[in-house]
Amino acid sequence: MGSSSSSRNKIPNAQELMRQTGFSSAHLLRLHDRFESLDRDNRGYLSPDDFEALGGLAMNPIGGRIIEAFFSSGQDTVDFSSFVRILAHFRPTDRNRNKEGTQQELPSSRTRKLKFAFQLYDLDRDGKISREELLQVLRAMLGLQVTEEQLQSIAERAIQEADLDKDDAISFDEFKKSLEKMDIDTKMSVSFLK
Amino acid sequence: MNSAIWFFNFVVRLSESSHSNESQHGHSSNITGIPIISFKWHHVETPYLVAFWVLVSFLGKLVIEANHHVTSVIPESALLICFGFILGGMIWAADKVQTFRLTPTVFFFYLLPQVILDAGYHMPNKLFFTNLGGILVHAVIGTCWNAASLGLSLWGCQMGGAMGDLDIGLLQYLLFGSLMAAVDPVAVIAVFEQVHVNDVLFIMVFGESLLNDGVTVVLFNVFDAFVSLGGPKIDAAEIIKGIVSFFVVAFGGSLVGLVFGLLISLLTRCTKNIQIIEPGFIFVLGYLSYLTAEMLSLSAILSIVFCGMCCQKYINANMDENSVQTVRYAMKAFANGSETIIFVFLGISAIDKVIWVWNTGFILLTLLFVLVYRFIGVFFLTWILNRYRLVPLEFVDQVIMSYGGLRGAVAYGLAVMLDENKIKEKNLMVCTTLIVVYFTVILQGITMKPLVMWLKVKRAAVTEVSLLEKLTNKMFNHTLVAIEDISGQIGHNYMRSKWKYFEENWMSWILMKPSARKKQDQVFDVFHQLNLKDAMEYVTEGERRGSLEFVRNENSIIDFKKKSESESFDINNANMSNDHGAMSTTRDPIPSVSLEMHEQIMKAVREAEAINAHHLLDQHLYKSRKQHRHRFSRSHFDINRDEKEVQEIFQRTMRNRLKSFTSAKMGVKPPKTIVKHTQKEQQQKMPNGKSMDKAKTSYSGDEGLYDFSFVHPAGIENPAFMPDLDPMDLLQIPPWLGESELDSSMVALSHRAQVDLPRTPSNLRRLAPLRISTRSTDSFTLENIPDTQQMDSDQLQPPPPPPRPPRDDGYV
Repeated sequence: MGSSSSSRNKIPNAQELMRQTGFSSAHLLRLHDRFESLDRDNRGYLSPDDFEALGGLAMNPIGGRIIEAFFSSGQDTVDFSSFVRILAHFRPTDRNRNKEGTQQELPSSRTRKLKFAFQLYDLDRDGKISREELLQVLRAMLGLQVTEEQLQSIAERAIQEADLDKDDAISFDEFKKSLEKMDIDTKMSVSFLK
Repeated sequence: MNSAIWFFNFVVRLSESSHSNESQHGHSSNITGIPIISFKWHHVETPYLVAFWVLVSFLGKLVIEANHHVTSVIPESALLICFGFILGGMIWAADKVQTFRLTPTVFFFYLLPQVILDAGYHMPNKLFFTNLGGILVHAVIGTCWNAASLGLSLWGCQMGGAMGDLDIGLLQYLLFGSLMAAVDPVAVIAVFEQVHVNDVLFIMVFGESLLNDGVTVVLFNVFDAFVSLGGPKIDAAEIIKGIVSFFVVAFGGSLVGLVFGLLISLLTRCTKNIQIIEPGFIFVLGYLSYLTAEMLSLSAILSIVFCGMCCQKYINANMDENSVQTVRYAMKAFANGSETIIFVFLGISAIDKVIWVWNTGFILLTLLFVLVYRFIGVFFLTWILNRYRLVPLEFVDQVIMSYGGLRGAVAYGLAVMLDENKIKEKNLMVCTTLIVVYFTVILQGITMKPLVMWLKVKRAAVTEVSLLEKLTNKMFNHTLVAIEDISGQIGHNYMRSKWKYFEENWMSWILMKPSARKKQDQVFDVFHQLNLKDAMEYVTEGERRGSLEFVRNENSIIDFKKKSESESFDINNANMSNDHGAMSTTRDPIPSVSLEMHEQIMKAVREAEAINAHHLLDQHLYKSRKQHRHRFSRSHFDINRDEKEVQEIFQRTMRNRLKSFTSAKMGVKPPKTIVKHTQKEQQQKMPNGKSMDKAKTSYSGDEGLYDFSFVHPAGIENPAFMPDLDPMDLLQIPPWLGESELDSSMVALSHRAQVDLPRTPSNLRRLAPLRISTRSTDSFTLENIPDTQQMDSDQLQPPPPPPRPPRDDGYV
């Protein structure tokens, strides 16, 4: 990486980002290159249509939601640090817990991964997955093969199983509890982001 | 027990005497008169012995499994071997020669294939392919390392004089090493099945044990050829040929298996009309794949494993449920049976003076090296692997992986196949193999469980999979693909999604029946399973609560699994159950929205509680039945039918109570009407887009009508219930009204009222509830009158739009 020092200077707050997300500088550079290639008009930030230009995402049933996950609360631009922070969720969880207590703050920690997943369901960000939201997800992922009433049944059942305080919606804690047996670390990690 | 031993001895004597004195079992030339009965041992000898040994092995298993405390400490395989020792001892005592032993032919052709087919068929594919890299590394490189290291070390030790006067060439040592190196799938299954370690660990060991056959076959054949050729003839060309043959054997074997797997899948697509022997195809074709690979000198185990793995998904989808169960159970039976016989014979084969050659150095060193090199190999390879793995294998897992490198019958079979002309010390090798096998299976088997517990290895999670988990799982998969897209790299998940795409659109299209293809969704599958589980729970619950006779009776009818003859319901029920039978065979596996109904009913129940305790009781009673019923229903059609029946029972009991009430307000009929309508309304409540349910409604309605009039004690001909009523009429009475009218069933309907009602079906039907409500002392229903008309107008639109339920509930 001959040009690494100069490239690193291109990335604002590189050290800060590395500390917060846990990415190595090599990774950060790679992601920066990717960011720049996505940013076709070279504006320094990404907008939804930049993401939509990726063909694969269009075919993805929840592509839209993922794109939305990058844009936090109403903004329609993503700068590099937000980009990296979101992607950092997918780093494999570091197993060596004997590091400093900042383990929990890393985006790649299990709780943060779950939070990300939760937000994929909870589009209106009210902190709860309502039946309607669950239905939408189901419809997106199962729509063609299953009839409407079956979808509703499934949604109903899923809520029944997870909803502990009987408020007919799944809060983040209930979500976390119902997925406690799942190996989130493997399921929500992409290896090259290590 | 004693008699068993005597019989056993008898048969043994029989067989050995048959070997020696043939003239006794006379040929027909010596007869002097007509034999009334003659003893024809020769006639049945072979099959009799085979069957007899199978029986003995199974009896041994029976004895062993009688006490669970023993089997939880000592694995069954070890006990079976000991049982074999005892048997061998008995035969030896009787014969002074070992007439029975595990021959390679019997083992490799008749005992091993089923075990491996079972392993392949029940293999968790996803887990396997996720870890395929690691498994392959261990299987190929690990086995080669084991073989080479063992052979070389032993040779070195011989050179160093540790083994006395032994003189075995290096090549022979390498040959011995190659047969000793392979981890045995049968032993692994036998030991690990009790221990329940976590999935990844199990699949690594098990997958390795299956895939290393490719390597073992090649190594064994190559070194066997080398031994035949002799040392000087081995040059680079031969070595290269050896390496090439590895690839050919391994991939060729897998390919053969794949082809047969696809063949099976295609066949099951067309076997709808011969469902009874459908399972046979799998066994026959599986076995043929094994034999074909063997014929082409490819890896037979790889072939049958891939055959099983490839076809499992498609045959489970294509075949009828019964056939799938048959295959599953038959395969397990064969596999388990084979395993039992293998271990028993492994024990018996030991008790044979002829083969025993003892060389302390050789045997002990072999044992030592086998263990040590296994540990070294596993740790080293895993260290390399962990740098590329997403989830590294932990230290304790590695320990168990090394310790779980059990040798078994395959090694013994290969050892017996050695040519004693080429290898003078064959017997020594056979003995050593046996001792290593015993050591690993018995000792390592016994200590495996304590070791696992002591090291606190992660155990297999008892997966109670929830819908949310499955759903989120799927979502994660999609998410990962998206992230890979965004970050612009082709990763694991991209490949997997591409494969899924290919598989869903091409392979499934060819290999799966169209009807099966539609049901191929995991979340849906979980939903279906959960529904079935609920259904089963309700059956047991209902049967437990003896007082709810309705529930129990209805369960006995609704339970599709047993087409039961309902006892107290005469013809009606006979019709019902027949139709149920018919319904269940026309397998409509897509369950309808029973759970949502349940929820709404529950809501309705909650609201009712606030109103009137009197109503409350009725409604609870009524609703709980509904709740069960809906859980069971597989289509709306059935719901109606069941409801009819329950209504009948209900009506009957009510009628008994009615006799004590002599109020002239109403007769029995309106409740019936209401009830019937309620059922229709129930159906309406369910958001159903299926128009065919309407048609079914009418049909079932007719039947119900017929039923009611049939059982009416007063014998009043009730034209209301004649089949010519169209469903719309029936639908016009809102359910809430119907339900609330239940209490009015306490009151007897006057004959006039009964007769009057049906005169002008459409009008009066609407009026009927009104009239009832005015007469009723029930103010509750009075309130609801204005809404009746509104409801009716709603109901006149066919089919009613789904979001009606909330309204209904509000009035209950």
